[in-house]
Amino acid sequence: MASATSERSDLLKVADGCLVLSHRLSEWMSKAPTMEEDVALGNIALDLLGQARGLLQHFAAALDTDEDQLAYFREPQEFRNPLLCELPNGDFAHTIVRQLFADAWLHNVWHDWLSADDATVRGVAEKAVKENAYHLRHSSSWLVRLGDGTDESRRRTLAAVDALWPYRGEVATAGWYDVIEPVLVEATLPLPPRDAWTQRSSADGWHTEHLGYLLAEMQSLARAHPGASW
Amino acid sequence: MSRAWQLLATVPDPEIPVLSVVDLGVVRAVEESADGRTVSVTLTPTYSGCPATDVIARDVRAALEAAYDEVQVRTQLSPAWTTAWMSEAAQDKLRGFGIAPPTHNTLPLLDLNADPSRPERCPQCGASDVEELAGFGSTPCKALWRCRSCREPFDYFKQL
Repeated sequence: MASATSERSDLLKVADGCLVLSHRLSEWMSKAPTMEEDVALGNIALDLLGQARGLLQHFAAALDTDEDQLAYFREPQEFRNPLLCELPNGDFAHTIVRQLFADAWLHNVWHDWLSADDATVRGVAEKAVKENAYHLRHSSSWLVRLGDGTDESRRRTLAAVDALWPYRGEVATAGWYDVIEPVLVEATLPLPPRDAWTQRSSADGWHTEHLGYLLAEMQSLARAHPGASW
Repeated sequence: MSRAWQLLATVPDPEIPVLSVVDLGVVRAVEESADGRTVSVTLTPTYSGCPATDVIARDVRAALEAAYDEVQVRTQLSPAWTTAWMSEAAQDKLRGFGIAPPTHNTLPLLDLNADPSRPERCPQCGASDVEELAGFGSTPCKALWRCRSCREPFDYFKQL
């Protein structure tokens, strides 16, 4: 029972993480640094949204509700996404570092879930693990270019790693560090200590102030016009 | 080929209309009742977030409702769709449409140190000297490449 409960709470953590991060990335639409990057971030957001939907539909079915109820009608304290996923975009370096941290987390999650007992979770993971490989390739290659780039890009990337490192607590496993550290090394950036302080988790419904604003925007249409379709 | 499969072969992919849903490999099973009145189709989605998925399910239903009294459309996630399920015919149709079909690496895509799959040749002029312009393209399944020989950019249907 305890293990089934913890599996379900992981399900919501990953579903909400994908959903919230997808929304953050969508905020770059029409204002990314280049046209190609606009397209890339939009595509990654779309993949994350699809992954979130697969898990939310599954989670909702067990509660006799639906994905829209879960996405649009829960309060911030009911979301279980890692805090990392809700943090604002900041500059492009900040978005890329956050994305790398999240991609590395999901890389490990999807690999683990390839052998999940639950067939639906396994089905979502079988697809997501491959989509994630493209995302991770994108974020890690950008991190190398930014970290080992100009003085300005390096300064911004260092600042982003510094700001986001305390939010790794909910996503960092040994497998996470194994993905992140070689990328930081290739980007000629210093490795922050694994045992540095981290923020507490969102598992008890505690979030940063940023999630409320994000949800206010994401949920406003569905709340103003419940059941709307087009 | 049953009547249902023939009908399904006329349902286009909404994003790449030169391919049918059968070419795409998303139709996993078709079962007809003994009296031929009911048909049940099992579909599997392509990319997780692909907006075409809902449209495909709707179009499949509409096409079959023309010939059956009752149509059931089911979604199956596992085993997950892969570009390896696209038909041989699909590869030629894609080239004719100006999209390079997916190349399937022997190396698993999951190996992050492996090079991502690349198009074998330019779908316009056939040259093999091609370069990637952007890893993401106009739909979730595509990347943007360019031919160094004829200088034309083209879409590449990525391996998944």
